Amino acid sequence: MNILRLGFLRGALEIKQFLRQRESVVFTILFPVMLLFIFGSVFKNTIAPGVKFSQYFVAGMIASGLVNSGFQQLAIMIPIERDAGTLKRLRGTPMSPASYFIGKAILVTASTVIQIALLMGIGIAMFGLHAPSSPEKWIRFLWLIIIGSTCTTALGIAFSAVPKNGRGASAVVSPIVIILQFFSGVFFVFTQLPKWMQEFAAIFPLKWLTQGMRSVFLPDSFVHQEVAKSWEIGRTALVLLIWTVIGILFSIKKFKWTNR
Amino acid sequence: MSSSAISIQGLTKNYGDFAAVDGINLEVSYGEIFAILGPNGAGKTTTVEILEGYRDRDGGKVTVLGEDPGNLGEKTYSWRERIGIVLQSTSDSEDLSVRETIHHFARYYSHPKDPESVIALTGLSEKADARVHTLSGGQRRRLDVALGIIGSPELLFLDEPTTGFDPEARRAFWDLIRTLRKEGTTILLTTHYLDEAEALADRVAVIVAGKILEISSPETLGNRHLAQARITWLEGGQQRELLSNNPTGEVATIAARMGGEIPELQVIRPSLEDIYLTMIGEDR
Repeated sequence: MNILRLGFLRGALEIKQFLRQRESVVFTILFPVMLLFIFGSVFKNTIAPGVKFSQYFVAGMIASGLVNSGFQQLAIMIPIERDAGTLKRLRGTPMSPASYFIGKAILVTASTVIQIALLMGIGIAMFGLHAPSSPEKWIRFLWLIIIGSTCTTALGIAFSAVPKNGRGASAVVSPIVIILQFFSGVFFVFTQLPKWMQEFAAIFPLKWLTQGMRSVFLPDSFVHQEVAKSWEIGRTALVLLIWTVIGILFSIKKFKWTNR
Repeated sequence: MSSSAISIQGLTKNYGDFAAVDGINLEVSYGEIFAILGPNGAGKTTTVEILEGYRDRDGGKVTVLGEDPGNLGEKTYSWRERIGIVLQSTSDSEDLSVRETIHHFARYYSHPKDPESVIALTGLSEKADARVHTLSGGQRRRLDVALGIIGSPELLFLDEPTTGFDPEARRAFWDLIRTLRKEGTTILLTTHYLDEAEALADRVAVIVAGKILEISSPETLGNRHLAQARITWLEGGQQRELLSNNPTGEVATIAARMGGEIPELQVIRPSLEDIYLTMIGEDR
């Protein structure tokens, strides 16, 4: 299948370009690791029996990793490519747009895997994180990554139509991610946030991803500390699926190949 | 159906109330190098982008290599196999090398040229392993051309290909275009440089305010071949000047009068640029 073959070819090219851009490596991979060090070292308090804030925080950062690699990376990168004429040039070749998006998905997968492996490794080595303790949790971890990554990739491609140009993209996209991180139980314990903030965060995927990751990485007893007193696995999957569909629909309708 | 590589009848394109393209008719034959000249905002790029399939049109009939670029449907990819596009200013692939970029784009086509021979043909051999962001403006442009021709296109679109070239690089580029013509490639060129149109094009069209003013060979544009020649020379310590339809005879007369050598003799035909500036000036 030519579309698939070229998609993989583009994926390899995307990864090669990614690794050659120091800024992107630092921004996407090292920045979350630095945040983990800072927060993990500063906040060592215990938030529930057998659960320290650093463990809670790592779970949140792993969830954020999905948003960084998918949504944030693509919503910033695609407008820059649009400015540079990359998209217009590709549009003039026999390569199908599907191959381009497959390439992006491969890039997101690669940077997600690297980022999660780093965060998990450091979390386990230094901040008392426990690897998923049962096959069931591993399976949940995997589908959270797959569906979460698909969701944020679709949303990143959809949102790439919003920034007017490449230069401004980061200024539009990054604050959204950071605010969602504050609201969704990454930097603070979710239950300690004001009610309105919790309700606002519950509209967006990140809150559900952090909750899902906590269900994988924290002891089962922690479920009583959650707002719903439940991990809400089914609802998490549903919310992520709805956002995936929204992302795909918007991508199809609104994707822009040129700045005009 | 159409025997022309490009056929345009009554093409129109409006942006709001502004008619960017206002009823253009034009035929480009297979194997021809055709240049479109015109001031900025005349509708050159809009016209070319409609032909390339980048923009929709509001009216008229267009076929490019026998297909309607505004309604390709399933033929989109097979049609794009047959065309090559060199866009205006791009800055992509910055972190790849020239060789990686050209080899990669070759994979998009079913019958690409040999990437290494394209690197040589575009004069990029010395820079083949350099990262694209280290290239000079002229080298960057040659890479654009390399990516435009890598798929062995039947029809090549060149949008202001030599902007920012030094004279030597421009000559080398012209030789490259002539090589492509020998291979049978049809070329549609837009340019600001009249010497470029004169050096390369079989025919030129002048577009002003979305309309075609004239289509002809560079030699006969604006009746240039019929225009009077200006003869200047030095006689009796004074600069003399004469306009004539019969410059050879005039020069012979002056030479006879002056008994041989004519000091500072010049016979000047109007350049394409003179003719062009008069044409677009008249329309303003």
